[in-house]
Amino acid sequence: MTEMLVKSGVQLVLLLLVAPLISGIVKTLKARLQTRRGPDVFQPYRDLFKLMRKGMVIPDTASWIFSVTPYIVFATATLVGLMIPMTATDAPLSLFGGVLAVVYLLALGRFFLALAGLDTGSSFGGLGSSREMTISAIAEPAMMLAIFTVALGANSTNLSEMAQAAVSQSWKFLEPSQMLAFAALFVVLIAETGRIPVDNQATHLELTMIHEAMILEYSGPYLALIELGAWIKQLVLMTLLVNTFFPFGLSSDWTVAGLGMGLVVYLGKLLGLACFIVMVETTNAKMRLFRVPELLAVAFILGALALISTFLF
Amino acid sequence: MNTFPIGEAFTLGLGVYSAGAIACLASWRKPVLARHLCCGTALAGAILQAVAALLGILQGAPVRWAISSGVPLFGFSFAYDALAGFFNLASAILGAAVSIYSFTYLKEFEGKRNIGFFGFLYHLLLLSLTIAFTAANAYLFLIGWEVMALAAYGLVTFYHEDRETRRAGLLYVIMAHVDTGCLLLGFALLSQASGSAEFASFRTAAAQLSGGQQAAAFVLFFLGFSIKAGVIPFHIWLPAAHPVAPSNISALLSGIVVKAGIYGMVRIFFDALGVLPPWAGVLVLIVGVASAVLGVLYALMEHDLKRLLAYHTIENIGIILMGLGVALVFRVVGHPQLAAVALIAAIFHTLNHAIFKCLLFLGAGSVHHTTGTRNMEELGGLIRPMPVTAFCFLVGAVAISGLPPLNGFVSEWLTYQSLLAGYGATGGLIRILFPIAGSMLALTGALAAACFVKAFGITFLALPRGAASRQAREAPRSMLWGMGFLTAACVVLGLGITWFLPVFDAVTAQLLGVEVGANLISGNGMVLSTGTPKGGTVSTAVIGLGLLVLLIPAVLLVSLRARRNGHRHGPAWDCGLPGLSSENEYTATAFSKGLRMIFSALYQPRREIQAVFDVSPYYPKEIHFESEIEPTFEKRLYGPLQDLILWFSTRMRAIQAGSIHAYLAYIFITLVALLILVSRR
Repeated sequence: MTEMLVKSGVQLVLLLLVAPLISGIVKTLKARLQTRRGPDVFQPYRDLFKLMRKGMVIPDTASWIFSVTPYIVFATATLVGLMIPMTATDAPLSLFGGVLAVVYLLALGRFFLALAGLDTGSSFGGLGSSREMTISAIAEPAMMLAIFTVALGANSTNLSEMAQAAVSQSWKFLEPSQMLAFAALFVVLIAETGRIPVDNQATHLELTMIHEAMILEYSGPYLALIELGAWIKQLVLMTLLVNTFFPFGLSSDWTVAGLGMGLVVYLGKLLGLACFIVMVETTNAKMRLFRVPELLAVAFILGALALISTFLF
Repeated sequence: MNTFPIGEAFTLGLGVYSAGAIACLASWRKPVLARHLCCGTALAGAILQAVAALLGILQGAPVRWAISSGVPLFGFSFAYDALAGFFNLASAILGAAVSIYSFTYLKEFEGKRNIGFFGFLYHLLLLSLTIAFTAANAYLFLIGWEVMALAAYGLVTFYHEDRETRRAGLLYVIMAHVDTGCLLLGFALLSQASGSAEFASFRTAAAQLSGGQQAAAFVLFFLGFSIKAGVIPFHIWLPAAHPVAPSNISALLSGIVVKAGIYGMVRIFFDALGVLPPWAGVLVLIVGVASAVLGVLYALMEHDLKRLLAYHTIENIGIILMGLGVALVFRVVGHPQLAAVALIAAIFHTLNHAIFKCLLFLGAGSVHHTTGTRNMEELGGLIRPMPVTAFCFLVGAVAISGLPPLNGFVSEWLTYQSLLAGYGATGGLIRILFPIAGSMLALTGALAAACFVKAFGITFLALPRGAASRQAREAPRSMLWGMGFLTAACVVLGLGITWFLPVFDAVTAQLLGVEVGANLISGNGMVLSTGTPKGGTVSTAVIGLGLLVLLIPAVLLVSLRARRNGHRHGPAWDCGLPGLSSENEYTATAFSKGLRMIFSALYQPRREIQAVFDVSPYYPKEIHFESEIEPTFEKRLYGPLQDLILWFSTRMRAIQAGSIHAYLAYIFITLVALLILVSRR
């Protein structure tokens, strides 16, 4: 019990520290690749502190849903972060929720965020909610198929078990089923974290926005919580990708030395994935909204192929 | 004498229901008395039935009692086993909640409608459900089934001056009779093989059924029960009948009457037909997937709040069938433990859906009660005048979307785990089907979440869209108590699932001969697992606690900052055009526009826009917009079927010339033919 609490505490601190950093790294890398100077990698922390010191403006039309949503978004993303192996194979709360709980807890956060979008009464909010729920609905089957492929290989939906299984066969990612599942999950990651070509995180007050439209009315500490929640969610999905497919360097125990090594390798892997995301974002143009289902259908087909190839090979 | 109280409570409950029915009918001239009788006796009967059901589940062996009727093949024989107890418990919980709700809900009928007759039908419905769930004789079961259909018909057409209501009632009663017809044929087939109409005799005779007989019986029963359960493509009566009924009745219809179909499937497929071949399970699974996905897709297009909920019933029945199908497959391939997990997933989802769908219909009923409309486009902003109703509806919406830590998540989680286990337990290409079905369940869950964001968001949030929702008032207290009871049940069944698993043990022990409850609980009784060594684990209790623990510091920090920094209220961003009004808001139709376009191959949407303008088309004075989707099943399947029946009936007219001589000749010919047939034996 105490051991679990200590582990949770350590991982919580790690989550809160790394999530804004990764967001900052992606922003900086993107700016550099587009020959802009861009903010430095620590800008997200400054944003957070600044937002925390600001006052809030709450729309007259909003109800209590608007006020509880930031907390729920933050709490679901953070709880999910404790269920996923970051630097060691056994995640603190892995026993209490596997990959299905992860997906559905994130859905809980999204459910409330979409309600908050409608709650403001502005048409931007409704527009964002509608699009967010639509895209996430069609991304879900692709995500599940890819996850199932990995889970069936590991014989478990528990993320620690999945990571353990991956560690024991560390070259497994070269198998076609794993590569296909990775590709499918990568597309879902792009869609779920609101990146080009599906959504654009840098956009504001444009008709193409999705996530930003939902949170348009938020300000001050509420916005800080929502932003932090979104960064943690992004980190969780990236971690899911790097640690289930490339489990190198995951520490098998919670010693300081093991965790230190694990952390270094983990950050390295995240950096690699971040570079990949930046490449995709920079080399693609944003899609029309109604082209997005085609992209996600491709992800679904990739997931289905991944599943079939576990059966064939 | 250990078993004594079950029979006592059960028969007393039946007696209370019957007495209530007669008393209501007798007091039809005194509406206030009738209303109190209607709700009071039903509540008392439901409590008695709940007691009987709990005793029936927790005791070991089934209690049987039979009264011979003197008629061949028929007898008043009852068997109170765990399965009967489980469904009776669900029906008693719902009966109690709806009765509490109805104390004030029925007030608006006073002086306008016949509450006595309503109460009579209401009691009859509860009585017939209880009989159907406990009958151990096929014909007693069918009597219960038929009374249930007729009582439900009477209640559905309670607002009979409406043409739409009468049409829906007619459709319902036709479908209900096709359904009873199928069941009658199925039971005839089984009782011919066993020589008796007792369920117990079917069980023993099942081994002697030939493959063809078993398949025929399976198809007949599957058809019959699917119609009752509203499985696609036999669902068309459901979205027609549920919205037009009074809301407390819609809640019972969607909550438990539809579940009678599921009860029948579990009873017959697991208990009476022997071990079914694998294709039967696969068929049930595929039909389940189709119902789930199509049900939710049609629900998304609705902006009638109650019809939206009715389509979600179809979706959830699909999810239940997925669990049942997998359980049937596991049973035949020799994995009784896994079959038990899948069966638990199915019947737990049955109970969960009964509870949250009843809750949602009652919530929709409160909204309809105060605003007089079911059209979401005229609602909005109800969270302010109706905070308690809104909260209850929100809990129901989260539960039905399968989101943790509420009960819907637990049963969907078990269904996922069963589907994944299906991959390992079967061989050949068929195993691919299970994870694919899992991904379709994911699609269903995500679409359901989208639909309930719409249902809750458009109805309860933002600004009121019409005069009706501007004058809304919170529902009276008894209605709130009815909903509050079900809301609490959603939370308790979600967080405390590990306490309730013994209830399911009794059912699986009865049907499959294994108890898995102990295997499913680990980690100091907090964690639900799949029962296999690694499998998967989840703990809704820890998830709930974890969310709470993470919420507290966030709330403290932010409210501290908010106090220091200050916050103010202001208008939402209106793009610089002053005055955000309800006309700027997103509508239900707009909300689902994206999905309507993505799945346009299914919906075949049609829209018509006419703009009236003076000078330039860019400045229209008024716009007329019309949009509809194609009712595929009604048009493509039932349309031709109806034409065929009409064509056949006109042909039949040839022999029905109306001449008495011709009819006498028919009788004579029939008589001779029968005599020849009998004498040749």
